[in-house]
Amino acid sequence: MDAVPARARAYVGGIALLALVALLCPRPPAEVRTSWWAVLLLAGLYAGSELVARSRFVGTCYPVLLAGAFLLPPPAAALVALPGALLAPVTRRPAGLRRIWRAAWLTLAVWAAARVHWRLGGRDAVAGADLPGALVPAGAAVLAFCLVLAVLDAGIRTLTGTSPRVALGRPGLLTRSLGPVAVHGLAGLMMAVLWLSPYGPVAALLVLLPMCVAWWAFAQYHRERAAHQATIRALVQAVDIKDGYTRGHSERVGRATMMIARELGMDDERVETLRFAGILHDVGKLGVPTRLLRKEGALTPEERRVIELHPEYGHEMVRGIRFLGEARAAVLHHHERLDGSGYPYGLVGDRIPESARVVAVADAFDAMTSTRSYRRARPVAAALAELQRCAGRQFDPRMVGALVRALARHGWHPSVTADSHPVPPPATPLPGRRRGESARDGSGRRAV
Amino acid sequence: MTTPPPRGRPPAIPRLARAAAALVAVVCLAHVLWSGLAHRPVALAFGALVALGELTRRADAEAREAAPLGAAGALAYALLGEVAGHAAPHGVAQTVAVVLAASLAGSVPYTARGSGPVLDHLARRVLTVAFAAVCFQPLAAQGTFRDWSGPAHALLLIALLALTTLCDAVLAAATAHARTGWPFGPLLREELRGMVGITSAVCATGVVMALAVGVAGLWALPVFCVPLLLAQLSYRRYAAVRATYRQTIASLARATEIAGYTPAGHAHRVAELSGAVGRDLGLSGAEQSVLEYAALMHDIGQLSLVDPVPAGATASLPVPEQRRIALLGGAVVRQTGVDPAVAVVVERQADPCRDQPPAARIVRVVNAYEEKARDAGPGGGLAALEELRLAPADDYAPDVVEALARVLSRGSLTGPAAG
Repeated sequence: MDAVPARARAYVGGIALLALVALLCPRPPAEVRTSWWAVLLLAGLYAGSELVARSRFVGTCYPVLLAGAFLLPPPAAALVALPGALLAPVTRRPAGLRRIWRAAWLTLAVWAAARVHWRLGGRDAVAGADLPGALVPAGAAVLAFCLVLAVLDAGIRTLTGTSPRVALGRPGLLTRSLGPVAVHGLAGLMMAVLWLSPYGPVAALLVLLPMCVAWWAFAQYHRERAAHQATIRALVQAVDIKDGYTRGHSERVGRATMMIARELGMDDERVETLRFAGILHDVGKLGVPTRLLRKEGALTPEERRVIELHPEYGHEMVRGIRFLGEARAAVLHHHERLDGSGYPYGLVGDRIPESARVVAVADAFDAMTSTRSYRRARPVAAALAELQRCAGRQFDPRMVGALVRALARHGWHPSVTADSHPVPPPATPLPGRRRGESARDGSGRRAV
Repeated sequence: MTTPPPRGRPPAIPRLARAAAALVAVVCLAHVLWSGLAHRPVALAFGALVALGELTRRADAEAREAAPLGAAGALAYALLGEVAGHAAPHGVAQTVAVVLAASLAGSVPYTARGSGPVLDHLARRVLTVAFAAVCFQPLAAQGTFRDWSGPAHALLLIALLALTTLCDAVLAAATAHARTGWPFGPLLREELRGMVGITSAVCATGVVMALAVGVAGLWALPVFCVPLLLAQLSYRRYAAVRATYRQTIASLARATEIAGYTPAGHAHRVAELSGAVGRDLGLSGAEQSVLEYAALMHDIGQLSLVDPVPAGATASLPVPEQRRIALLGGAVVRQTGVDPAVAVVVERQADPCRDQPPAARIVRVVNAYEEKARDAGPGGGLAALEELRLAPADDYAPDVVEALARVLSRGSLTGPAAG
């Protein structure tokens, strides 16, 4: 974002000018004296909370802003947003422009909300603590607030030509922000009512406490979730360390599994579960001695039996993780075949869980299209042809068809998800290294 | 209550609390039946709120955050002096009776599902509400607070609720102490620390509701529930992801067992016993969870070994080898995105005990005990403890060994099962 297009600069300038006009020009009606103490207190509160708030999810401190909009005349309410928006840290360049944009954006939105609230007589309802009555102007003000935020945000996004995540402003789509902002609006209304009551600002500030607790828990939730995902990744990495030549395999199988699941029209939650199934399908290899996994040359039947224990090991490991759901069955059964010749239980046809049938196809596909120490990678088309040849006998034709369709639509970009430290492909594939494979090596048997 | 009661006899404090709550409840109900309900719409509205809050209760939530809305509604009712600008005191008896009836009604689906006992929860609710109401209602009825107008009134309510939650925390810690025999100090500290989170939100909502109903009438109730409900939702999601995380860590810990490096259930047993020793030594909540994760993953370094240690018994290895495995383990743990403090504990579990952080001392002692006592059969535990006591002074911290001895003699945990 170092090079901001000139029209975007002009747009920010225009919005800033507009915000200045909103702040200065329309004098408050003479009969209402602006309480400068309230402006100062609210502005300080907002600036303080903006500085404290680390995580940037929607509406860090909107209750304070909206309380200002419900309490004060429009220009004074807009002033509340100014110091916080200007002072709060900006992580990305150009910092100055971003600060100006954020300040103008918020100031205008608060001004609009306060204006709507004022016009609908909300101020009297708040002062009189007329509770069901005060909800209508407050609701309208929240709507105006969200609308202005969303419209201005859409403007800057179109002008800078950036995707929503990289845009100058925070994601402010109307539909996404309306729910949370409505809750914040209720809190702001409560603050305003208590502020004007005999109990004064002390009682109003108490309203913020539950909101703070909610934010804190929300931030903890995100932190913990990130840590959890890192742990899952660590499980996968542990497998990769043991079994060096399958680097990135787990992540790619997760991706292919997700593509198949989407193509089959599964809902988002199930797609996510199946992605975990793909990522973790080989986790049982942690239980297989490293010597066997790295062995070069043919495996004895005894060694093969030990390696074939890995689905059961994996299931034993993940069965305690409740959120994995049907992914656990996929870990156990991903080497079953439709004709019953697979392992560990030799299940036939529909007795194999659906999740396992998806993962089996994704696993075989990635095994064939990635380079292994004992053979070169096959082209995607050849791998798909091989999968289709074995469909019905080894793989579920429905899953194979879904993979073919998904790849036709989106293509296969394994580098996107592959490990960030790719292993250089072996210089010469040694012909003698096929580890006791049957002739149908490519059909996924090697994808242990 | 310095010594834990012997097992088999029900502890005294919880019984006392239940009896007191029952007495209060009966007296209050009798009084209300005799004199009738005052300010019925208000009683009905608050009763509905409390019952609704109870309905959202979940079995898997911790007691503190089980039903925040119900607790806030009950406290607000206890602190309610006026409605929409008119004085409307309703007395202690009615407060307790309404809250009790509503809580009971709200608990019916919960008990019908068989989600767990509610008796202790109800007793605690009754005692808390009665305390707050006794502090506030008689004085409000006499008009003592007329001079405490405006912000002073709000501050008074805050102080009252702070006092109430303090007493509640003491009661809860005493109950837990009597039931489990863990030391009282850390339990109380834990309770007080827990108050910073959801409990403070509950109290703030209680005060705000009482004040807002005084200003704006009963319409304030539904509006003022919203932030607390938001907090409750966030807390539940946080709790859910924490539970999931714990399961994942436990399965990562099982990797060494499945790989044949350590005997089945070893990590789990060490974690359980370490937790008990940590509590006995008065570790705080955050330290406890670091201890638990570190104990679960203390053997993870063995995954990097090409050949397993015989029976996974690291305590009998030469010290440099122990340290090497510990460092390997720390490196694995660092990758997992767990709190770095956990990696430090895993890394330093084989260091001399005077250089170790407390959690690492505990893991070292408990791991050694578990490995030594595992195969020794009946009486092996005592022999293992003796061995730890006689070991060189630098190996096992004496205070931790003594704490382990106390935990084992208390018998709150089953001894290590073979294999």
